[in-house]
Amino acid sequence: MYNLKRQLLAGPYLLWMAGFILLPVIMILYYAFTTTSGHFTLLNISSIFASIHLKSLFLSLKLALICTGVCLLLSYPLAMILNKMKEKSQGFIVFIFILPMWMNFMLRILAWKLLLSNNGVINTLLEALGLPALDILNTPSAVVFCMVYDFLPFMILPIYNAMARIEDDILEAASDLGAGAVTVFFKIIVPLTMPGVISGITMVFVPALTSFAISDLLGGGKVLLIGNVIEQAFMQEYNWNLGSGLSLVLMIFVIASMALMSAKGEEGGAGVW
Amino acid sequence: MSKRLIDLQHITKSYEGQTILDDLNLYIRENEFLTLLGPSGCGKTTTLRIIGGFETPDMGNVIFDGKNITSLAPNERQLNTVFQKYALFPHMSIAENIAFGLKIKKKSKAYIDDKIKYALKLVNLEGFEKRSVDSLSGGQQQRIAIARAIVNEPKVLLLDEPLGALDLKLRQDMQYELIRLKNELGITFIYVTHDQEEALTMSDTIVVMNQGYIQQIGTPEDIYNEPTNAFVADFIGESNIMDGIMIKDRLVNILDVNFPCVDEGFGNHVPVDVVIRPEDVELVDPESGMLEGDVTSLIFKGVHWEIEVLAHGFEWLVQTTQMHPVGSHVGIRVDPFNIQIMNKPESSDEKAVESDV
Amino acid sequence: MVKKSTERVYLALIFLFLYLPILVLIVLSFNDSKTRVQWGGFTLKWYQKLFSSGPIMEAFFTTLLISLASAVISTLLGMLAALGIDAMKKRNQAIMIGATNIPLLNADIVTGLSMMLLFVRFTQLGLTTVLIAHITFNIPYVILNVLPKLKQSSRTAYEAALDLGATPLYAFFKIIWPQICPGVFSGFLMAMTMSLDDFSITYFTKGAGINTLSTMIYTEMRKGIRPEMYALSTILFLLALVLLLFMNFGPSAHKDKNRN
Repeated sequence: MYNLKRQLLAGPYLLWMAGFILLPVIMILYYAFTTTSGHFTLLNISSIFASIHLKSLFLSLKLALICTGVCLLLSYPLAMILNKMKEKSQGFIVFIFILPMWMNFMLRILAWKLLLSNNGVINTLLEALGLPALDILNTPSAVVFCMVYDFLPFMILPIYNAMARIEDDILEAASDLGAGAVTVFFKIIVPLTMPGVISGITMVFVPALTSFAISDLLGGGKVLLIGNVIEQAFMQEYNWNLGSGLSLVLMIFVIASMALMSAKGEEGGAGVW
Repeated sequence: MSKRLIDLQHITKSYEGQTILDDLNLYIRENEFLTLLGPSGCGKTTTLRIIGGFETPDMGNVIFDGKNITSLAPNERQLNTVFQKYALFPHMSIAENIAFGLKIKKKSKAYIDDKIKYALKLVNLEGFEKRSVDSLSGGQQQRIAIARAIVNEPKVLLLDEPLGALDLKLRQDMQYELIRLKNELGITFIYVTHDQEEALTMSDTIVVMNQGYIQQIGTPEDIYNEPTNAFVADFIGESNIMDGIMIKDRLVNILDVNFPCVDEGFGNHVPVDVVIRPEDVELVDPESGMLEGDVTSLIFKGVHWEIEVLAHGFEWLVQTTQMHPVGSHVGIRVDPFNIQIMNKPESSDEKAVESDV
Repeated sequence: MVKKSTERVYLALIFLFLYLPILVLIVLSFNDSKTRVQWGGFTLKWYQKLFSSGPIMEAFFTTLLISLASAVISTLLGMLAALGIDAMKKRNQAIMIGATNIPLLNADIVTGLSMMLLFVRFTQLGLTTVLIAHITFNIPYVILNVLPKLKQSSRTAYEAALDLGATPLYAFFKIIWPQICPGVFSGFLMAMTMSLDDFSITYFTKGAGINTLSTMIYTEMRKGIRPEMYALSTILFLLALVLLLFMNFGPSAHKDKNRN
């Protein structure tokens, strides 16, 4: 049954993981705890408490939370509506909603830049309607807009999948036992879609928290997220030790949020893939 | 006789242009164990779902205890369902599953705890409160589904092929269990199945359905011994179903031989369907038989032999405790009481009889 | 009825939110005007300029090369890994699957930077380093696509083949391969798309002078956008559409693709 020879097939993968996942993490750890001259230090880590770093960390957390919240609020009703559709059209409609996700990440940012810029499409439209212009490019709002756009499918899919897996029998049984629509929703649908919600939250929150490209391109240098601070430490200041230290802090936040989420949803079975 | 509890009046239902039920009329008495029996697609489950409130009929009314409940939502009806695949809530413990309906009715905690204990005892699963749904076997899940339904003290329990997913031995045990439960609870059971043996074992009344029409309503004995048409005869147990001509009262011609029988009132020289159960065919010496034939197959079935005899161009199915080797020449006799005469289908709703036979 | 139309409106709004940006890009790619707000008539000149632009075409082919090569190699490694993991004991399997999930969920920026640190230490950044990085983040997608198929595949059929005298290799190709083929295929496609879409990891692991489309658009966008980019967007959107149509409704489209 558990034949040893076949297990060896996983060998190349294990070696690859060791070389290109484990080793790089060790490198980050090494840089994070040393000075440029190679001496042990905790300053790279503790520099997160510098006010400018702390500010960007909080801003990152705030924007990531808002983005996750908006995605959840948009996705849940959407998943319910999609789930209720007739079998035939359902596949196609779900397809429509994941298609934009497959458009190149950079181009999606480009599109939003075009839409939001001062003489961009949205403002031209608003002007034509005699409405005041929407001046949000280079503000956190623009960044959140684009993040929601980028990560929305990661929320829709797991929730939709969890919802599609609820058998009609279960819902009928609940109403048979006297539950009205509201009770069915809160006692049956919400708990049963929880694994999907949790996996959606994780899949939106982590990239939103760690993103740097969106804020870089739509924030106009004014929206400094923790990702931007790290990127600049590496690519502009060439301070790899500081960058590694801050990366480590970011990693801790990522791991903590994932641990929190997986503790919340023991099941966690409803991934996107 | 107890009073009528549920009255289905002129129920018609179709899906995507296909008629599932056509002008169905049926009443169910209080405390009755009524079984809807028929092949898949006969409309039995749809009938149950209409009673449960999961479907609304296109036409007709559902009267419950004197009130019209046709458009009442399932959660507002005083009846509960045991689903085919149990439909237990996977995210709740056994106790939470059972308590679900009671909590909605805002019963006190003590009352709910009492009820859970009582229900678990009733289905022989004492001490299962804390267990999770997936730690239970199919038979156990079925018992919990029943417990979850009956704690709400419904006037009627609807059961949709509840034993379909269980293996044979368990199914037989559960049949007795259900009869016991029904007697202890003293409520009405409406049971849907395609298994004729299940229906014969448990029911007070059997409703045989096919293609959206009721074929026969009666006690298990009636249905078995006096099927009203060829479909019922064929569906309930094994039968020899033959074309016959009613020569006159008490005399029927089958396969060019005149058989005395006990039926009257069909008229003279009228084509009819004739049903003879295999256990009612006697094999005798060729000389003393009403017709002669040859044994073509012989199978040992434990209690009896199952023998096929080719006589006058018809393969007679015979069940007997006496062995007759293949190739032997035998005579066939049938007691007049055991010949069942039925009208050929005429009207449109009786047409449904033919297609499955 | 009110409920139904509310649902319709909601669907339409989300649809608009998702497609308006893409529509704008497509419209602008045919706009014969320097300013992006004014419609200056229909033109295909941005498409001509796009195809005659050396850097853009080079970035396009680099992107294609990296995504194809990384998808092929990661599919191979990932499939072998899945076969190996499938033969392990339950507990070890759980550990392996957990470990496989980590890079999927880790922050792109950290994955990219940590690999950059490693590469800079031992070699020079270039095309190879990007390729290695892409293979690394692609393998998990392949494993997670193949493993469920292996789990569903019938073990008895494989054993029956051995019983009938097949060698393990023959039995693999005749029995197991047909069953996991859809998973391998969708893993390959997913790896390729992830690779096509990646920006962060490429950005940190690429050498000077090497550009994929993502990193090139990034640089362009900081300088100011040329209309050729709109043409490129339109073409890439259509490519994504075709690829996804193929994945969803093509030969390997099975209903179980959303199982983990």
